[in-house]
Amino acid sequence: MNVPLLSVDDLAVEFATRNGRVQALRGVSLAVSPGETLGVVGESGSGKSVTAFATMGLLERAGRITAGRIVFRGENITAAPRSVMQPLRGAAMSMIFQNPRAALNPIRSVGLQIADALRAHRPLSLSAATAAALELLKAVRIRDPEKRLHAYPHELSGGMCQRVMISIALACEPALLIADEPTTGLDVTTQKTVMDIVTKLTRERDMAMILITHDLGLAAQYCDRIAVMEQGQVVETADPSRLFSQPQHGYTRRLVAASPRRGSTVASLVVDATMPAAKMAPPPMRKPGAGPLLDIRNLVKLFPGGVTAVNDVSFRIGAGESLGLVGESGSGKSTISRLVCRLMNQTSGEIIFDGEDIGAIPERDFHRCALRRDIQIVFQDPSDSLNPRFTAFDSIVDPLRRLLGESGATALRARARDIATRVGLPIDLLDRFPHQLSGGQKARVGIARAIAVDPRLLILDEPTAALDVSVQAVVLHLLDRLRRESGLAFLFVSHDLNVVRMMCERLVVLQNGAIVEHGVSQAIFDEPQTDYARELLAAIPHFDPEARA
Amino acid sequence: MKLLTVARRTAWRFASSLPALFGVVIFTFVLMRLLPGDPAVFFASSPSAGKAEIEMIRKQMGLDRSIPEQLVRYLRDIGTGNLGRSMTTGQPVTNDLIRRLPASLELTVTALLIALTLALPAGIFAALRQNSLIDHAIRLLCTLGVCMPTFVSGLLFIFFFYYVLGWAPDPTGRIDIFLSAPPEITGLLLVDSAIAGNGEVFRAALHQLMLPASTMALFVLAPLARMTRASMLAVLTSDFIRTGESIGLSRRRIVLVYALRNALLPVLTITGIVFSTMLGANVLVEKVFSWPGVASYALDALLASDYAPVQGFVLLMASIFVMVNLTIDLLYGLADPRVSIE
Amino acid sequence: MIAANLRHIGYVLRGNRLTALAGICASLLVITALAAPWLVPFDPTASNVPRALQPPNATYWFGTDQLGRDIFSRVLVAARLDLMIAASAVSLSFVVGAMIGGACGYVGGRLDRWVGRFVDVLMAFPLFVLAMALVAALGNKVENIVYATAIINLPFYIRFARAEVNVRRNLGWVEAARASGNSHTRVVLRFLLPNVLPAMAVQISLNLGWAILNAAGLSFIGLGVRPPTPEWGIMVAEGARFITTGKWWLVAFPGLALMSAVLCFNLLGDGLRDILDPRTRT
Repeated sequence: MNVPLLSVDDLAVEFATRNGRVQALRGVSLAVSPGETLGVVGESGSGKSVTAFATMGLLERAGRITAGRIVFRGENITAAPRSVMQPLRGAAMSMIFQNPRAALNPIRSVGLQIADALRAHRPLSLSAATAAALELLKAVRIRDPEKRLHAYPHELSGGMCQRVMISIALACEPALLIADEPTTGLDVTTQKTVMDIVTKLTRERDMAMILITHDLGLAAQYCDRIAVMEQGQVVETADPSRLFSQPQHGYTRRLVAASPRRGSTVASLVVDATMPAAKMAPPPMRKPGAGPLLDIRNLVKLFPGGVTAVNDVSFRIGAGESLGLVGESGSGKSTISRLVCRLMNQTSGEIIFDGEDIGAIPERDFHRCALRRDIQIVFQDPSDSLNPRFTAFDSIVDPLRRLLGESGATALRARARDIATRVGLPIDLLDRFPHQLSGGQKARVGIARAIAVDPRLLILDEPTAALDVSVQAVVLHLLDRLRRESGLAFLFVSHDLNVVRMMCERLVVLQNGAIVEHGVSQAIFDEPQTDYARELLAAIPHFDPEARA
Repeated sequence: MKLLTVARRTAWRFASSLPALFGVVIFTFVLMRLLPGDPAVFFASSPSAGKAEIEMIRKQMGLDRSIPEQLVRYLRDIGTGNLGRSMTTGQPVTNDLIRRLPASLELTVTALLIALTLALPAGIFAALRQNSLIDHAIRLLCTLGVCMPTFVSGLLFIFFFYYVLGWAPDPTGRIDIFLSAPPEITGLLLVDSAIAGNGEVFRAALHQLMLPASTMALFVLAPLARMTRASMLAVLTSDFIRTGESIGLSRRRIVLVYALRNALLPVLTITGIVFSTMLGANVLVEKVFSWPGVASYALDALLASDYAPVQGFVLLMASIFVMVNLTIDLLYGLADPRVSIE
Repeated sequence: MIAANLRHIGYVLRGNRLTALAGICASLLVITALAAPWLVPFDPTASNVPRALQPPNATYWFGTDQLGRDIFSRVLVAARLDLMIAASAVSLSFVVGAMIGGACGYVGGRLDRWVGRFVDVLMAFPLFVLAMALVAALGNKVENIVYATAIINLPFYIRFARAEVNVRRNLGWVEAARASGNSHTRVVLRFLLPNVLPAMAVQISLNLGWAILNAAGLSFIGLGVRPPTPEWGIMVAEGARFITTGKWWLVAFPGLALMSAVLCFNLLGDGLRDILDPRTRT
């Protein structure tokens, strides 16, 4: 009989906010056995982090446990006072957090922080603790551990900071480790290394782990069981293979479908399509005769300080074609998208659109060029991409006014309504401000604004990176449909290879500002030619039920 | 290794404050020489000086030369410490300033110490006991404190502590006229009397100092306490404190080592700004308490249309401020490893 | 859109009583200041020496000063001058500072560097010191007090506007505005400025309080306003001699008036700061 290490029964947590009480958890039940890895998967607002904080007794001031029990090692620790929790934290249960650099004391060296963790529960001298800290750094396989011992967090990369966090959390060998979105914000390749280290160390020490993530694929790869959360409740708990093959709950089904996997297509992402399924439209219109729609030749961008962001990049996009630009942070993909959209001047190189060298026109004057309307852009973070003082209507209609010279309140209203319908935005939301819209709705407004002037090339800069998985599925569906309906060309910038594979016929892989590989998407997936591409592909969390030992 | 870094940083920071100093000097030049009005008249011996005298002064000041040449002479004068001569005292301005500076410094530094001793604990305490009665009381006092003009509080202090309660001495001067000052080493009465071992003078000087220093301290107490409280609150809700809690650090360690050291960084920065306002507030406090410092010297000169002391005073104050800022920058650089040498 | 804005203001004020109260007080203050000459019971400049130095009583609510003038009337009328000086100075430095700062924040580069140096030099002069220098250079007149206060305030607005514009400069919606065909000038005027204005409104309110203190302080030491003009700082200066003989009312009432005015604007500014996020709309 496996007595659970931690069991949470019907936990309810409430927050006092400016707008009254908000119920964050409505009766969460889960259990973790010793040595087991439990995944808690959910989208934003599901309450997964709140559950972790409540368990550790780290809820912020405004939060209160209103019902339920938390039992750890047989002891009831629900809303226990600090005197009870402090001996447990770090020694019996510990946590690693989402933003590792922010989670470390910026003015204290890394070695001292690990030593603090050790000395909190063990009677060690400073020198003994420092020596032990060094051993811990070696265990998490940080390079040059002796030097790193005296380093400060701002001198380390995100991945290194997370390794330091791991060594702090594991310093006193707790029985349970809670990992709250430990890899969000890290590069794909770093993600894999961090997860491998965490799993290896927890298995070595026979520790139980709760992995909190929004990425179902990641959970499936590393966890023994997965609990799916939606809006403050656990809707389903099962082992990964059962979850993927026979999801019981409606939400789980949607989530499983929406998580891009190796074989998924855009159509398969959305289970119950609220919009008409993408018609297999006739192939997108092509301009008769002429060369490619977009021809980039030897593009170079240098920033002051000697940084080469874009290093001799050349590629082409045909009319109606979708090209993916893939790379990690620092690869130059965002810079390229800004250069192509003429929001930034290049250092050298040609940008030829529909036969005209638009690179020769400085960005300062491009707004007057007739081709301005043909190249539009959709941004990554919907919260940042809409003017807080404009209603959705204002945002959509501004390019119509500026670029097409349309005017007249009634005419513009009608146009706005058409465009909103095209992107699936309910008409009554047109008069709302961005802060009154959800993430998905804001994304639609951003897309509506971009297609309002019927551009021929749409640049998408990580358009779904900041969205929940289920929302992402719907937005990708929408983008694909729009492309097919109007013969739009896409320049799709992303770090997510799965998404790019689904949305783009061809793709280009960037590393440090230069192209390392390019070709047909599926071909690169099946047979990557370069090491870097192979690394990227291997780093994608994948779930293969048969391969799990 | 560390010492070398510190030395390099000091040198670099000093070098980068030189442009500001230079700017101050040039700005003062522009102000005093190039603005409408005849500077020679400003610097004449009396407002009704005759044309011949004005002409002589104009020659003396080099006002008949070209502007660049004037600038060079001016820079040379400043460089050699020649700030002109005061009409009202008849002494070189430099000497007057040196003579009266210790009084102002003693006042300002004491006030700063009082303010810091009271404000920092208050702010920290208010942050630790957020939303308690003490917190609300401190916040209320801060809100009111920021609104109170220095000269009014100074006068009201005199009313309560001298007239009503009789605790404070007669608010004129630094020391009771019946006592003689100790041998002058630094010019700071407290220091000099301590060195001379003269307890009576020390106490008398302290007694006189209390009221004006408290007035000035009151002025900056509120913003300091507010800043400390806000900074402490911000730090207490930051991620790394949560990490500290999650690994089971003791409350003492979290507050003193993790929170406080981080929270005091912005307070250090604001102390520089506070010092600047105090240098300005000197004018008001010295006037109210008839304190014989540089500010009252300059003010009296200004009202008597004697402009050389005013120029000297302006240069002096700005230079002190640049130096203080430099020191604070250095301290900050030592305390915060994120600050690069650049 | 204006209707929506007004509705929102009403909703927000109902939820923030203190700010509403501060707003009402500030408005009352301004109205009183403007209407003062008609509200006062006695002529603020009329001397009545036999009635000099009377403590507060039924006839003279705030007592009389050394020339027998009613302090209550003088305090009321003085409000006008002090508020006017403060308002002019703040408006001047706000307009000029916001333009310069906004340009620096948006354009960056050499303009930014040189303006930064200029601001550093300006900020090296403690307030009163610079005011004294300016008055010495330009002459002891009220307008120069306004200019001196405006110049001292300038660095603050420059830095603030610069920071606010800088933060927003690289956000998606600014780039989208460019992609929608707006020139740089239009982006600054139509997009950035309306977003920066609320934050600046907070600063202006707080600044007004500080400017009032400044103006009073300068006239206290004898710069700018001269007797017999009623002005809070002057009144305190005149009453200062009598404090050691226990006649507190000459100093206390103008001082209290000063404090109340500043408190009003400070509370308003603090409250506005809490409110002015569109995120608090329903």
